[in-house]
Amino acid sequence: MNGIELKSPDEIDKMSRAAKIVAEVLEALRGMVKPGVTTEELDRFAEGFILERGGIPAFKGYRVRDKVYQHTLCTSVNNAVVHGIPSSRVLKEGDIIGLDLGVVVEGYYGDAAITVPVGRISEDVRYLLQVTNEALHKGIEKAVVGNRISDISHAVQKHAEAARFSIVTEFVGHGIGRKLHEEPQIPNYGEPGKGPRLKAGMALAIEPMVNMGEPETRCLEDGWTAVTQDGSLSAHFEHTIVVTETGPRILTKL
Amino acid sequence: MPKEDVIEVQGTVAETLPNAMFRVQLDNGHKILAHISGKMRMHFIRILPGDKVTVELSPYDLTRGRITYRFK
Repeated sequence: MNGIELKSPDEIDKMSRAAKIVAEVLEALRGMVKPGVTTEELDRFAEGFILERGGIPAFKGYRVRDKVYQHTLCTSVNNAVVHGIPSSRVLKEGDIIGLDLGVVVEGYYGDAAITVPVGRISEDVRYLLQVTNEALHKGIEKAVVGNRISDISHAVQKHAEAARFSIVTEFVGHGIGRKLHEEPQIPNYGEPGKGPRLKAGMALAIEPMVNMGEPETRCLEDGWTAVTQDGSLSAHFEHTIVVTETGPRILTKL
Repeated sequence: MPKEDVIEVQGTVAETLPNAMFRVQLDNGHKILAHISGKMRMHFIRILPGDKVTVELSPYDLTRGRITYRFK
């Protein structure tokens, strides 16, 4: 009775169309991120691009109790972990920016995130991005039929902590499909072998958030932006995947 | 997405139903349907109308819960 929906091939097809747009937008944004660009410009571009491809931005209008998110993109710069709000902030050489977005096509969702450097960044920051992305893929590798949810969590944590970075625990990955957030929650930490067993047809958004310093976060007064408490840099990568009999299939990939 | 924790509330058992289900009157006035946690079933803890209990609510469905503790 864990309430995790299994998606039919037809549903997965719709999700992969949404996910493909997500991947295309992220790839285009990766090329646009340069010193001097504002996060608002990135948001405006993403919205136009999605609408042109026949998708709908999934985050715009998203409600959490009495708050409504007003943008297409989340732009989390430097010490921002996730949910940074696009603004007139100008990106500077040496910044890093997390770009997170979701798209809906015919009622089905795709969701992904990348963290990219602005111009040149130092070697240790580049390493943070590399390890976080690797941790995501270590997690995805565990998304095979017969494993349990926390096998994903454990693989992510192990990889990030082996590099002496810390895992954010206040945010989790999630099931996805007909809603942006479905069951189950997928923590990025924990012992292996716990939680629901993975079955073919489960669609999951796996999203490690890794901090260079301590794992604690706090929320800014804007009600959305989560930042690291110690001000250290934070990276975030995410893919939407489907568990299949032949292994995990990443939908948010070009 | 932000991690959603289960919500814990106190209540009083109003009625026992079949299948180890209970109607619980919460201290905030709401009435919900609750089942008994597996651990309590294992230890054969009897729950009777009038008992004070702790109920875990799912953030997804606030009309259903899970009884995790019966006060003496």
